[in-house]
Formats: sequence, structure tokens, C-alpha cells
Amino acid sequence: MSPLLEIEDLAVSFAPRRTLADAIARRGPERLRAVDGVSLSVEPGTALALVGESGSGKTTTAMAALGLVRPDAGAVRFDGQDLSGLTHSQRKRLRGRAQMIYQDPYGSLDPRFRVSQSVAEPLEVHRPGLSRAERDAAVVTALEDAGLAPASDFLHRFPHELSGGQRQRVAIAAALVLGPELLVADEPASMLDVSVQAGILALLDELKAKGLAILLITHDLSVAAHHADRVAIMYLGAIVEEGPTATVIRAPRHPYTRALIDAVPRPRAAGEAAARRLVAGEPADAARLPSGCRFHPRCPIAIDRCRVESPLLRAPAGDAGRCVACHRADDAPASGRAAA
Amino acid sequence: MSFDLVTRPHASLGGPASMRARALARVRRRPAALLGGLIVAGFVLVAIAAPLLTAHGPGTRVGPPFAPPSAAHPLGLDDGGVDVLSQLIWGARVSLLIGFAAAAVSMLVGGSLGLLSGYFGGVVDTVLARVIDYFLVVPVLPLMIVVAAIWGPSVLHIIVIVGLLLWTTTARVVRAQVQSVRERGYVRRAEAIGAGHARIVVRHVLPQVGPLLIANTVLTVGVAIFAETALAFLGLGDPSAASWGAMIEAAFSGSAISAGAWWAIVPPGLCVAAVIIGCSLVGVSVEDALNPRLATSHLSRRTFRLIRDADD
Amino acid sequence: MTEPVLSVRDLKVRFALPGRPPLRAVRGVSFDLRPGERLGLVGESGCGKSTLAMAILGLLPPTAEVSGEVRVEGRELLALDERARDTVRWTKVAMVFQGAMSSLNPVVRVEDQIVEVLSVHRVARGRAARERAGELLEQVGIPARRGRRYPHEFSGGMRQRAAIAMALACSPRVLLADEPTTALDVLAQAQILELLERLSEQLGLAVVLVSHDLGVIAQSCHRAAVMYAGEIMECSDADAVFARPRHPYARMLVRATPTLDDGEPIAAIPGAPPRLDARLDGCPFTPRCPHAFEPCRDERPSLAARGGEGAVACHLYRSAPAVAAPQRETA
Repeated sequence: MSPLLEIEDLAVSFAPRRTLADAIARRGPERLRAVDGVSLSVEPGTALALVGESGSGKTTTAMAALGLVRPDAGAVRFDGQDLSGLTHSQRKRLRGRAQMIYQDPYGSLDPRFRVSQSVAEPLEVHRPGLSRAERDAAVVTALEDAGLAPASDFLHRFPHELSGGQRQRVAIAAALVLGPELLVADEPASMLDVSVQAGILALLDELKAKGLAILLITHDLSVAAHHADRVAIMYLGAIVEEGPTATVIRAPRHPYTRALIDAVPRPRAAGEAAARRLVAGEPADAARLPSGCRFHPRCPIAIDRCRVESPLLRAPAGDAGRCVACHRADDAPASGRAAA
Repeated sequence: MSFDLVTRPHASLGGPASMRARALARVRRRPAALLGGLIVAGFVLVAIAAPLLTAHGPGTRVGPPFAPPSAAHPLGLDDGGVDVLSQLIWGARVSLLIGFAAAAVSMLVGGSLGLLSGYFGGVVDTVLARVIDYFLVVPVLPLMIVVAAIWGPSVLHIIVIVGLLLWTTTARVVRAQVQSVRERGYVRRAEAIGAGHARIVVRHVLPQVGPLLIANTVLTVGVAIFAETALAFLGLGDPSAASWGAMIEAAFSGSAISAGAWWAIVPPGLCVAAVIIGCSLVGVSVEDALNPRLATSHLSRRTFRLIRDADD
Repeated sequence: MTEPVLSVRDLKVRFALPGRPPLRAVRGVSFDLRPGERLGLVGESGCGKSTLAMAILGLLPPTAEVSGEVRVEGRELLALDERARDTVRWTKVAMVFQGAMSSLNPVVRVEDQIVEVLSVHRVARGRAARERAGELLEQVGIPARRGRRYPHEFSGGMRQRAAIAMALACSPRVLLADEPTTALDVLAQAQILELLERLSEQLGLAVVLVSHDLGVIAQSCHRAAVMYAGEIMECSDADAVFARPRHPYARMLVRATPTLDDGEPIAAIPGAPPRLDARLDGCPFTPRCPHAFEPCRDERPSLAARGGEGAVACHLYRSAPAVAAPQRETA
């Protein structure tokens, strides 16, 4: 099956405002390379998780996937069509096929709109020709698909009358109402209580089973472990490891992935506590990337080559289903983590 | 799949209707706002009912100039022998009309420019922000004097001049509010869906900006009336429109002070002051009510109460 | 057994609301904390854990009504007047607040902020204060000379460390940490947790760690207290709460928390927490509890040690341990 979404060598950078100092020194503002050569693909009916910390470029990549950000280089293809070559109306039509849900359930709904209005809005924008009855029916279907049943209980409510989880479901319904094929979920449950999170993520699983392709942005590896088929780990704008979720988590090949796995808080056996590999320092400033491998200043196994040469993302020897960007990926990997 | 979900109103957040209700309750609770409202409403009613309240039309001579207050004329007569009280009532029409109209102009111009500047950002914002800043820096009254002197006096000119020079504060306030609303999740979501600018502005931005705009406009009414009074006092007002400022000007140039005729000068001045105070009370109260975070009770040193045996 | 350094007995906090029934945020919480021990308060939003931490330090607003006992090194805190409590605050009990990284004054250098704490509490002045500030920064892993910088020049993780240094300025015996890692990235979070563990061991510091993340508590704390609707539902060894939760809410909470094993599917907890301005007879979890039976609605279960492994507040465990609800593995 051909992938629904394909991103190839995507590069996105932002130029902060030129300061007076820049003007005096006659230099341009330093461009912030938020995304630096990212390639990935998502097939229908599967979920890919983009995992990374803040500043890794995962949200920017997601926005580029929907055409909300213009890339400096690289291509974004939706169902085979390159986004950059589209006219404005073609782009608008594409928006109907790919939708986004956001992190903050408290901010993503207009407090003055009733639930029915919020969910109907995409229809008003994209299908103004629909009759009132058709629109209402679509709203009800979307709300029920999002787990808010019976829909009639919710249609007339305002957001402040709903809990966080319910609001997020309304946002999901608004995303589903146009019948999209791709759903980009940016930290969809991180602002919700744990008891509610599970419900929202289970809903995404259900939608995936119905054939939706999902691009899941998260900082939480555990969420990726339960809800994504494949995972791509991002660091400072580039993918450092990518592959089937279970494999990557059980046997990580990149030191950053290993650090992320180690850092997940969980009860530890007595001896394991001491063996925790803590990565020191902070991620580098995105405007001033380190030379060579971007992770080398913090990497516990860095060698001289890492300082000079940036590693390519490629499949390690004998492991075709995944790729790693590390010069030492082929070395005998240390065990991912002790069995729980 | 259906959930047995218990909907639980978030009492702390409240919705638009209940937020309005609570803001209104806060306003009602302040005697200042009520007082201000009564004052302004009182003057407006008097102005509207002018023909019913006065025996003569404006400017009708009924006696000698600067006749002192008497039973028939409680505020005496002015320099033209006109009953001061009637003139005050007719003058209310002019002053209030100019004040409200100028404030409306200011609201439209300031609101639109603030909206454009805050919504589009970038180059548009840079240019408009500069324009706003230049207008803010220029001393308003002298500029009004110059423009009025050149353009010539008439009620319409006065309204336009005052309105065009007072829009800057409104623009700044609106710009800030629009910038903040712009960043909210539901606006970005609407953009991501592909909604056009017009739709986003009308359906998402304006409803949030509206209340603050109204509060600001109420304050502007007070300032506009003062500006008109000042212009009239300086002789730049419309000579055919007998506003309160014109009354003061006429009394002044008619040597009311040396004649000891305080009744020709003080009443119109008091009226102007009263309306401005009224507008300020209402406007400030509404602004405070819309932004309860301006209160500083959290800085107080008082602390919790210890009680014995709290029940469960 | 050493004396507890912090002792809380039947602490209740309610907030008086004008024209409405009061909001009962904390409904009778008791626990002890020994020197060097780390206790985790875990629960979802609205369970009262942050309010509880603020109540211990006496930092509640005037609308709060508090009853119960809080003893630090034997000295009762709640009955003190504000002045007396000021001498105890920070010198005996200190706190790292939620979002502490944004509570640093942006226009004052970090070092100066620590110096200010030292001089206000008369621990040190002038040169001595500066040196001590440098020591504190080093202790939390920030090079002393970086103290001359401003907060915005620090990353989130470093600001959180600076906040911890400020809390340690007067060498308190107890540290309350309210969601110290919530706004941080995973790696920074691990660093902060490791720091708290190290400090508690080196300095014999007792720590109350408030978090909504069960994994954080399970990793970094000796004991865990699961809170729901203002009460403690279960209080046992942190490992035990995570691996063998006994209270139905604790069990559902563990099942709802995703872990790196994709083995057990995660499940949401249906329903919603009760309104805190309502009178709650009986166990507050009753409406959502799959094991609720007769006594649950009317009789509030007491938190008591049962079956040798910590305390549970649940009628299911009232009878002999052998009859208790099924466990995942035998002890």
C-alpha cells in the first residue's frame, strides 16, 4: 500500500527579527533550523509517533505535513501530490483530507460557540452547499464517532460545561466531521488527567482501526509504546532513530533513544538505580548546532568521528526494518533496559 | 462506544453568558458604576426631553443680560438675556451629540486599525503601530486647534476632528486584545481548517474584543466632550451650535466675571464635569469588571483561619 | 524507630465561597514523615494534593479554613501566629512550587535572589551570603559563577534547580516539592529527580513529592500516598502501590498509566471526581468503583494498615487479609 503521507528531506527554518546589532554588523539574522532533513512516511491505518523533547522540531514537522508551514527545502506529498505545487483552492481541498488536533483542550474550542457550532464550522468552510439537515446529521455522526453519545446530550452545551476529556473529544469530532484520511495529533492527551488520557488514546486506536492514518506527536515514549506502530525519535531537528515501536523500545540503537528510555520514570530494582545512565547537559541552541553529529556533546559513547562527521540515517547491519543515525549503530548494542 | 460521563460545570471558568452575568453583577455591586450610569443616563434623558422641559427655544431672549437667579429663572440669564437653565438643557443636546458622535468615530477608526494591526501583524502592524505612535505623541489639543482654525468650524468638522484625534488609545487597547485572541487555540484551529480571515475575525475575534471596546468607548465619550468644550471655549466651535463650551465662551467674552455673574459660567462647567465623571465611573468599572485580575487582594498579608473540628 | 520530622493529623482544608457551600479540598489527611524519607503524594487534578502541601506551609489565602494538626520536629504549626510561622517557614520546612521556574524574579540575578533569602532569614549576610549562595548552586549542579546570570539565561531545568537551591538556603529538615518536574522534558525531569534523591540522602532531608505522575513517585519515593477527593486512599511503599495496588482507585490509576511495556492495555476510569462543595458521606470513590457494596455509600472507610503492607482506606479490606480482594502476586 502506498503511503498516504510522505515527507522527504524536509527542512524548515525560521528567521528571528533582525536586531540592530545585526544591522550594524551587516549580517543577516541567524536562521533557526527547526527541521533539518527529515524524511518519514505514514500508511493508511497505521500510526507513526514522532517522539522528541521540546525544540526537537516535531511540531514544526507536523505543521509542514499539513501545509501550514512552508518548507525551505524538501517535499511533502499527500496521496502522491506534492503540496508545494498546489494552488490555493487545491490546498484548501487538501485541508479537508488531513486534520489536526491540538494539545490544549481548554483553548481549542471557542468559548462562545456551542458544541454543535464548533463541530459544524469545518463543514461551513469546506462544504457550504450542504443543507441544514445534512450538516446536522454529519455533526451528530462525528460526535458519536468521537465517543460523545448520545450526541443530543452535547449539541447545545458550551465548552465550559464540559470536562477536559469531553472537550478534547469535541475537538476530535470537529476534526473528523470532514471525513479526513490523515489525523495529526499534537500531544492530544498530555494536558488531561491520566484516567482520561487512556480514553482519548483508545479513541485514536479505534479510528486507526477504521482506516485513518495517524501522525502522533508526543514527548512521552510510553504513549508511543501503546499507540503507535512505528516511532521516529527526533533530536534538534533531525530523526535519529526510526522503526517499529516494539523493536526500537526493546533494543534501541541510538544513545539518545537509550537515554530517553532510561529517563522514563518507573520503579527500579535496587541495583538498577545506580546503573541509570543519565545524560548530562542540555540540548544545544537550535541556532548554533554542534558540528558533526548533533548529539555528540552529550553522548556517552561519542568518538572523534562524531565531532566531525554527521551520521546518515540508515539501516544498521542485519536490521532492515529500521534506521539509525549513529556512527556506532553497528557496534554490539548495550541492552535497552533491564526487564521490568 | 458510549461513556457514562458525568458532565460537571466548571464553576471557576464559567461560560460567556455566565461570565457576562458575573461581570454585570460585579458592575452592579459597585456604587460608583451605578452612580456614573445614573448621571450619564440623566443627562441623556434631559437632552432628549429638551423641548418638553423648556419653555422657549434655544437662544430666546427673555430679559436683560446677566440678570441674577430668580424664581422664574433659577439660574439667571446669560450675556444675551437668555435663560441659563434652558440654554443648559438645549446645550446638553449639542455637547452630548458631539461627544457621542466623536466617540463613535474614534471607536470605528481606532477599532478597525487596532484590529487590522493586531490581526495581521508583520508589515501591517509595523506601519500601523508607527502611525498610532505618531498620533499619540502629537499633543492633541493644539493639533485640534490648528485643524479647526484651518478647516473652519461646524458641528460635523468638530466631530471628525475630535474623533480622529482620540482614536489612538482605542487602537492600542484593541490591538493588544486582538493579538492575545489571535494566539488562542480555537483561532489557530480555525485557520488550520482553512477559514478565511473575514470569518475568523467576525466569528472568533470580534466577540472577544467587543466588551473591552465598548468600555473604552464610554471613556472616550467623556474625553470627547471635554475636547469639544475646550475647542468651543477657545472660540473654535460652531457658532450656531450652543454647546456648554459655547456658553462658557460667550459668558467669558461677555465679561461675566467682572459683572459677577457666576451663574453664566459655573453651571455649564459643572455639567461638563459631571458628564465626564459619570462616563469615567462607568467606563472604569466596566473595564475592571472585565479584568478582575487587576485587583491586588493576593498581596495582602492576611492568612487562613484556623478552626476547630471542621465537619466533613 | 526515629521520631517523625513531619507529622500531619486529620488535616482538613475548606474554602469559604460567598453564597455557596464551602469547597472541601482536603478532608482529613494524616501521615508521618521520617528524616531522609521521601513520600509521594499522587493523584489527579482536584484531589487536594497541592492544597495539602500549601496547608503544611501555611500558605493558604484568607478564604481558607483549616483544622487539624501539623507538627514539624514536634512543634505545632497551624496554631502559631503569622510571625511565629515565619520563623519556621523555610528554616524547617521549605517548598519548591509548581512552575517554580517561572517564579524567579526575571530582573534579579539568580545569585542575588538566593542571597536575599539568606539575609531575610538571617542565615548569612554580604560576603558570607554570596559564598553560601555559590555553595548552594554547586550543590544543585549549577556552577557557582553562573549565578551571576539572569533567570532567562537559564534553561527550564536549570531554573528548577535554582528554585531548589533557594528552598535549601536555610537548611530545612523537610522539603515540599509540588510537581517539580511537570513542565520539564523527560531528560531534564530525570536529572531533577536524581538531584532530589541525592540531596535527600546526603542531607537527611525528608521530602514530600507531589505529582500526578505515578511513575515519578514509584521511582523516586520510598512511600506513596494516593489521594482522591481530598483523602488518602492508600499509603504504602511506593513499589507496592505500583506493582500491587490494593485500593480500587489506585488499581485503576495504575492500569490507566502507560508504561514502556506494551503488555497490559491501558484503560480509562469512567466517570468524574465528585464535586468538592458537596457533602460526601461514605467513600468518595463509590460512584465509580466496580467493587462498591453496601457500606461504601454511608460509611467512610478509615485509612488503616491491613495485611502487613501499608494502609488502605477501603471496606473491601475490613475483614481479615485472607479474604481481601485479589492481588496480582503473593507478597
